[in-house]
Amino acid sequence: MIISIASGKGGTGKTTVATNMAVSIETGVQILDCDVEEPNAHLFLNPIIEKQEAVFTPVPEIDETKCTFCKKCSEICRFKAITVLEKAVLTFPELCHSCGGCVEVCPEDAITETGRELGLIERGRRDNIEFVHGRLRVGEAMSPPLIKKVRSFTRPDITTIIDAPPGTSCPVIAAMKGADFVLLVTEPTPFGLHDLKLAVEAVKILDIPSGLVINRSDMGDSGVKEYAAKEGLPILMEIPFDRRIAETYSRGELMVEAMPEWKETFLKLYNQIKKTAEREEKE
Amino acid sequence: MKVAVTSRGTDLDSEVDPRFGRAAYILIVDSETLEFEVLDNSENANAFGGAGIQAGTMVSDRGAEVLLTGYCGPNAFKTLDAARIKVVNDASGSVKDAVKAFNEGKLSVAKSANVEAHW
Repeated sequence: MIISIASGKGGTGKTTVATNMAVSIETGVQILDCDVEEPNAHLFLNPIIEKQEAVFTPVPEIDETKCTFCKKCSEICRFKAITVLEKAVLTFPELCHSCGGCVEVCPEDAITETGRELGLIERGRRDNIEFVHGRLRVGEAMSPPLIKKVRSFTRPDITTIIDAPPGTSCPVIAAMKGADFVLLVTEPTPFGLHDLKLAVEAVKILDIPSGLVINRSDMGDSGVKEYAAKEGLPILMEIPFDRRIAETYSRGELMVEAMPEWKETFLKLYNQIKKTAEREEKE
Repeated sequence: MKVAVTSRGTDLDSEVDPRFGRAAYILIVDSETLEFEVLDNSENANAFGGAGIQAGTMVSDRGAEVLLTGYCGPNAFKTLDAARIKVVNDASGSVKDAVKAFNEGKLSVAKSANVEAHW
């Protein structure tokens, strides 16, 4: 089962929920931190990193001795990553989406693929929890290929918890697509509600069952709860605005370790998700 | 000599459009006779990305040797440089004034881009 933890708005508590749920489950679980622009699950889990590898995406390289400047490559490129001048071909590797179209259409076989570094994948473990995250190279603009690479380590025989990036654009879709359940974490503020609505619309398009965690649930207003009721979005857990939780977080510690009474709450959340996902699968 | 000028309108009295890749129009002006051709740049202006690269290629295809504009980013500059087109990136006023200033040697050629790339 794949549970993707997303939010719309950033800073609502995705990583808090993802890491604490993983540690509560204890065994048969892996956590994939797909927020590759700013991964932070490792700060709370302190995994031992066992493997590190650089990830590359293919980009074109032109052999100008073979090129006849026919422009077929630049015509097929949607992203203007390749342009043909009278006597020169220019490539813009940072704009390339690695579709391979230019290589396919070149009648002279003048284009080969070289690599642009996307970033690093680090894999390791914390006790019985498998840990994988991606670190996007500073200056790299495209995170979905790296997110997909992180997700390639999904193990079908255990529970996969994905810590998704904030927002509702391509990186988030890359971290939610194909999940069995999307857990949306929000806060009861106008900003939280605004971005939650966007996230809910995205999840609807992907047709994935979802539920809600409201963080700092005893402050703000009632907008989120009213919206959830109207949408039929189940509120699976509420986390109060508690100074002890904030202190735990700021020290890089886990709620379930500093306040063990939370472990049962996170396990209950996990079991509810499991039940919903299994029910949806049958239908 | 053919001079490309980014323009807000379709004639020589139009104001120079400070943007290059996303300029409304690009006029290809003969610096001596002031005869000109109008390039509609709306496709590039609304492009998702790579507008400067595409506009640079278009200007090169039309045989321009110089570009008069306001701002030119790194990808556009790289394209124009490869096409051996000189870039003036502090042109302003009307298209006619800009060409006149260029003819009188009042404008200087840029050595690099003067804005960051957009994503």
